[in-house]
Amino acid sequence: MYAQLVETGAKRLKTKEEMSPEEREFQEKVDAETKIEAKNWMPEGYRKTLIRQISQHAHSEVVGMLPEGNWVTRAPTLKRKLQLMAKIQDEAGHGLYLYSAMETLGADRDEEIEKLHQGKAKYSSIFNYPTLNWADMGAVGWLVDGAAIVNQVVLQRTSYGPYSRAMIRICKEESFHQRQGYQILLDMMREGTEEQKAMVQDAINRLWWPALMMFGPHDDESPNSQQSMAWKIKRKSNDELRQMFIDQTVPQLEFLGCTAPDPDLKWNEETGHYDFGEINWQEFYDVLKGNGPCNRERITTRKKAIDEGAWVREAAVAYAEKQKQRSQAA
Amino acid sequence: MSEWRLYEVFVRSKHGLNHKHVGSVHAADAEMAMENARELYTRRSEGVSIWVVPSDTITASASDEKEVLFDPSEDKVYRHASFYKLPDEVGHM
Repeated sequence: MYAQLVETGAKRLKTKEEMSPEEREFQEKVDAETKIEAKNWMPEGYRKTLIRQISQHAHSEVVGMLPEGNWVTRAPTLKRKLQLMAKIQDEAGHGLYLYSAMETLGADRDEEIEKLHQGKAKYSSIFNYPTLNWADMGAVGWLVDGAAIVNQVVLQRTSYGPYSRAMIRICKEESFHQRQGYQILLDMMREGTEEQKAMVQDAINRLWWPALMMFGPHDDESPNSQQSMAWKIKRKSNDELRQMFIDQTVPQLEFLGCTAPDPDLKWNEETGHYDFGEINWQEFYDVLKGNGPCNRERITTRKKAIDEGAWVREAAVAYAEKQKQRSQAA
Repeated sequence: MSEWRLYEVFVRSKHGLNHKHVGSVHAADAEMAMENARELYTRRSEGVSIWVVPSDTITASASDEKEVLFDPSEDKVYRHASFYKLPDEVGHM
């Protein structure tokens, strides 16, 4: 999940009787699966929760370009480099779709980006891990984009129209990302040297748990989920999504001929799902608080990009102004 | 970027179809909006033609006024072909 621990400001759900007439009408619309659009009345909490969630999601897409950007100049072949650049450009595009959706709620893009830079807005914990070898590009595409897809497919049905439409566009593009990643790993496992195969297993060992953390805390540790689910911003719980991801990923892992760094991972005939071990939640909260391996570096890089690109934006405005004056004079 | 104007983007996906709203972009001017829209919305041959329109020039019906605007058409069933029942013998019309 690209949005973790999104605050809703609600400690418990309001009953129908406690709601104002507008709130009740709103809730009935949501219950009837009518999409909410920008100009419709909505509770302030709904608006704020969406701004938080969509901006966090957008920031994740943008920061998510950095671990992969690390490998553009190091990609083993021109083909791999082109594929990687296409994927990174998609992530930028996904960020833009999401910022646009967020702006329909009256939020300002620059302000939200400023909050990210000040450490007031979060992005997915996963992007605070380094990408150390080429197999990481495969594992990121397969596991990280794979986890994102599980979450985003469900979000296509989210109650807010612009968010839902952004998700539909994003999902269309994501499957390329996941396949691209899996193919990198598959090629390394099939045709690679022993050393290259070891790189694949190493990448999986490092990224497996962080990928599972993407879905956020357990349902009973997720105080905001209930309200988000009632508003149908979220459609499935963190634990449900995590289980879906594991169930679909383990057979792909086995096909690669690799293993997960989890001794408790095994098929449960009774439940029809995989059982798996406990996530290191201390690590999750540490990374979220800003103490992961790459948090500082990621934010520094983002700030630098904005600051050092300022002259380009100013030049674009000056050029547009000049063109306008010329056409008026003519 | 907030000082840049917001443009709505419409894409004609195939010859013969209408332009359809796909999203928005920020840009310093229309030409840049067009370039940004092309990069953002048509990287996989999603279109054959793009319109960019400054968002603040669009006049929209308020969605909460739905009833006022659209209700009158609800009681004009005679505007639909299905209102007119024909005997089976007439065949397809």
